Amino acid sequence: MSDRRAESALSDQFESVEQQHGADLFGMWIFLATEVMFFGGLLVAYAVYRHAYPHGFDLASHRLSVVFGTVDTAVLLCSSLTMVLAVRALRLGQRLPSIALLLATATLGCGFLVLHGTEYYHEWQEHLVPGRYFQFEGPHLTEAQLFFWLYFALTGLHSFHVIIGVVLMLVLAASVFERRLDAERYIALEVSGLYWHFVDIVWVFLFPLLYLIGLR
Amino acid sequence: MSAPIVAIKVYLKVWGALLLLLALTVAAAYVPMGEFHLPVALAISVTKAFLIVFVFMEIKWGGRLLHLAAIAALLWLAIFFVLTFNDYLTRDLPSALVR
Repeated sequence: MSDRRAESALSDQFESVEQQHGADLFGMWIFLATEVMFFGGLLVAYAVYRHAYPHGFDLASHRLSVVFGTVDTAVLLCSSLTMVLAVRALRLGQRLPSIALLLATATLGCGFLVLHGTEYYHEWQEHLVPGRYFQFEGPHLTEAQLFFWLYFALTGLHSFHVIIGVVLMLVLAASVFERRLDAERYIALEVSGLYWHFVDIVWVFLFPLLYLIGLR
Repeated sequence: MSAPIVAIKVYLKVWGALLLLLALTVAAAYVPMGEFHLPVALAISVTKAFLIVFVFMEIKWGGRLLHLAAIAALLWLAIFFVLTFNDYLTRDLPSALVR
């Protein structure tokens, strides 16, 4: 039985399951490297303008809620824990715990999106969305608008990644449920875990760069 | 090639450390440090990222190829930053970008 499973888990182009496993992991890491460059473009733009307008950026950042940002971060860090535990559970053949942990990861991801949606809603009400209704007291209106442009671009792109991750977790949970993934064929889960942790890492940098600049 | 199955305790410890570092980075934002705000915040973020990459993303147990891919990502990001700032910090800029 286990022999046949290992057979079916192996694609034609690979010599062994080990080789296939290594190729899958390498492919994901290369993808994540391109993602680093994807976010890198916006981060460089952020760095250039923050360097040019330090004071305007400090003042604009003070309009964001540190409490929300901290809870956002904590939620994502917890979701990374449930993710590694889901992979571990599946590798040990614990099918139902693995499904439960994947659903927990998806739920935490949704929690993050709801929190962030609430923040966006507050910012919309406070006229902090760049455009013709943008309002900012004092002489730093243009600079603050630039900060909020970068804030919405960076967090929007990040939230988009979280949405993809949540969908991925639900698909994976269904695959484990239908036994298309199991203790021998867990690579899809492991590789998706790498993606989820990457999204977590992006937020680990966005949080202090957007919410915690300038003395509070 | 595949990473060993690690005890849950290891993951819980890393998770605890990540939450502690989160508390630390928030606390640091309220300490008057002048110019040192950004370096301290970034140092804490790098430590958190390192923990996630090392244990959660299993780079600790990964082969050389994976190490290379991870380092390449950082190297290219560094080139991006260094070459961009090489320009912005040394060239005559339109008045809007000068402090």
